[in-house]
Amino acid sequence: MSDSLSKLEKRTAYTLVLPAVLLVFAIVLFPIFANVWISFKDIELKDIRIPEPRAKKIVKSISENQSELKIIYKLRNSSLIQEIRNVQFQDKFPTNVSPINLDPRCNFQSKKVVCNFGNWQAKFRENFEITIQNNNGEIIDKKIIKSQKPILSGKADNPLLTTNFTLENFKKVFYENNFVELLLTTFYFTFFGTVGAIIFGILAAQLVNQNMQGRIYMRGILLFPYVGPVVALAYTWTLLLDPNSGTLNALLVNFNIIEQPINLLGQKYITISILGFEFKLRLALTTVIFFEIWRYFPLVFLFVLARLQAIPQSLYEAAEVDGASPIQKFIHITLPQITAIISILFMIRFIWNFNKFEDIFLLTGGASGTRTLPINVYQQGFAVSDIGMGSAVSIVIVMLLLSFMVIYFRLIGKRANEV
Amino acid sequence: MKFKSLAIFLIISSFFLTCILSIWKIMATLQGLSFNNLNITTIFLIGILLSLAFVLIGNKINHLIKIFLLSFIFSILYFYSNEASPYWYIFGVFLISLLFTNKLKKYSMQSLKEDFISEKVIFDFITFFGIVFFAFVILFPFYIMLVTSFKTQIALLVNPLDFSLDITKSLAELFKSYFVIFETYNFGRYILISSAVSIGTVIVTLLFAIPAAYAVARLNFFGKNFLSTSILIIYMFPAIVLVIPLYTVFSQLGLRNSIFGLLIVYTATTLPVAIYMLQGYFKSIPKEIEDAGIMDGQNWFGIILKIIIPLSLPAIASVALYVFMIAWNEFLFSLMFLDSPKSFTLSRAIQYLSGDAETPRQYLMAGSVIVTLPVLFIFIYFEKYLVSGLTAGSVKE
Repeated sequence: MSDSLSKLEKRTAYTLVLPAVLLVFAIVLFPIFANVWISFKDIELKDIRIPEPRAKKIVKSISENQSELKIIYKLRNSSLIQEIRNVQFQDKFPTNVSPINLDPRCNFQSKKVVCNFGNWQAKFRENFEITIQNNNGEIIDKKIIKSQKPILSGKADNPLLTTNFTLENFKKVFYENNFVELLLTTFYFTFFGTVGAIIFGILAAQLVNQNMQGRIYMRGILLFPYVGPVVALAYTWTLLLDPNSGTLNALLVNFNIIEQPINLLGQKYITISILGFEFKLRLALTTVIFFEIWRYFPLVFLFVLARLQAIPQSLYEAAEVDGASPIQKFIHITLPQITAIISILFMIRFIWNFNKFEDIFLLTGGASGTRTLPINVYQQGFAVSDIGMGSAVSIVIVMLLLSFMVIYFRLIGKRANEV
Repeated sequence: MKFKSLAIFLIISSFFLTCILSIWKIMATLQGLSFNNLNITTIFLIGILLSLAFVLIGNKINHLIKIFLLSFIFSILYFYSNEASPYWYIFGVFLISLLFTNKLKKYSMQSLKEDFISEKVIFDFITFFGIVFFAFVILFPFYIMLVTSFKTQIALLVNPLDFSLDITKSLAELFKSYFVIFETYNFGRYILISSAVSIGTVIVTLLFAIPAAYAVARLNFFGKNFLSTSILIIYMFPAIVLVIPLYTVFSQLGLRNSIFGLLIVYTATTLPVAIYMLQGYFKSIPKEIEDAGIMDGQNWFGIILKIIIPLSLPAIASVALYVFMIAWNEFLFSLMFLDSPKSFTLSRAIQYLSGDAETPRQYLMAGSVIVTLPVLFIFIYFEKYLVSGLTAGSVKE
């Protein structure tokens, strides 16, 4: 009895789970594996369509009485790189119409012309002609002939499924792609974006937690950048920071804080001199990092605030009695209580910043030294149209991510349950 | 010691007063007033005088009279030490100094002798003014977005700092950018597509997620633990690594430029979060209620439909809103999959609009306002649900 019940339970469980699992598998997991496949292929954006035979039909009158017509089929192979095998052609004609001097590759039976064109090479083109006549010498309606579309079929390999592999993509990724700078930029962006968001998040949470009256409203307002659409926010920032007519530059110039407008998103380096030392700062990258912090500190804020509110007030009161200063209270009471959540947030934000595409893409498009790995996937795959190369960069990202996750689960995975 | 804490108190309090007044001045400049100097030093010095006067007077006169008197004197000093400014601006300064002096209430010569007073002063002011600062930094871009959409190209070129709204203009003129993007750029259609995709995603995601979450929460089956850990891992994986394979496959299947294709992708990418959030809530429902359902002869379908769903409506609502926001805000896939203006979503349409350097920025901002407003409205209205959703779905964006 219980055995059959548990069997039923299992069967029900699989029916309930399977649709979701299959969908996620098809759209999320399959592409990750497909990347591996594509990354070993020499394939470009224009190659991804399966080659197909195509024909354009043109009808011309050749005799006065229009009882004879010439039909020209402009035949071609849609692919520039692959052949199509065993191309079959078929076109239908009205009753009483028959072809004259039919091409030897074709034959005519039961109102149909059927041809066997054999194999078409890549880039193949041919003008194929059929002359038809009405058996009773009557006029053939051109429109009827035109409206009938020829049917073509042929066998071609899906360029994605062929089995010629190459290591070229990975060689290019590591040797011809400024890989070291790419990696450094990505880590610079990821690390400072994450740390900045965490610092500002803790600060904001601490502030809002102290301030009882406006807490709910502040929580709502501070989350605006996080919930707003990235497109709108990025363009607003672009407009704010624009060197020619942007509000920020106009304000700074107006109040004589700077003399010349600064192109915050378009300038790779800026030289800052402090105490006689000259520093070269990655300006555009730093600006993008600030945008990143602005957009994501609310998340840290939200979690830390939730944690802070759970700290018993009696701890602080006891510390007060012991004569602790505000800084001591923060270091010895607040900080230990939030380290667990901070370490988790650090890893989560780190991974997400590492994968960040939209924000950088919309702000700078990856120019002025803001090219990170995800931006590079897009550039290789869609700007340079080298799909194989783009996939290879994706694989590098996945590999790095997997190693982060291993570190994450080793170091703090156990703590996840405590929060 | 006492002198030191007094000095720190004066400097810190005046520093924050200066910050707030600078923000006020910036905002006033953006209303078309021509200020060219922030006058930080002067304001800082008067601020120190104000704080000093405050603690020196102490309790000798009524607090209310004291703050009005001091603020009044401060405003007059401010008026004479600054560039010519209209009365509404000075009135703002007066209100800020009122607020400020009221904030000083708990400080007196006496209280400055307490332990750790300098730290306390710093913390106190950071708490209060830090919030003003954060609110300013957060809201400023939204403010610029909104007011730019109401300006005209010429007005923006003449004075890029003047964001004042000309109320004398007719409404039609004020909302001109909005009319233009609806009439010329077809935004009505994009709103429809975005809504259809987002609402569709919510419905399909819930259809898939509720049964799956129920199975994960309640039933025993082989691979259950593996499933729940892989949910966590899967939503760490970024959209950018899915893009190339999906693009190629969708091209071959003819799913690019189709709302259906977008819907599948959005559903699949939000499913893990949705399942994760829902199963957590389902676990909290007492099992006895379901047992009663089983006794009544309900099958699993009946239990989910008649017991689980009605009991977990708040959680389902928060998942639905959360998924809606993800789908509405999504940009990467719509960038990759949609090339034809016929099938653009709002985000993609705005990005397309910005690709043309000739597009006036007020149109771009009007589009941005349109795409932002629904999300912010939903967020403000359902904040309670959404915050719990955000906390549960922590890592997805």
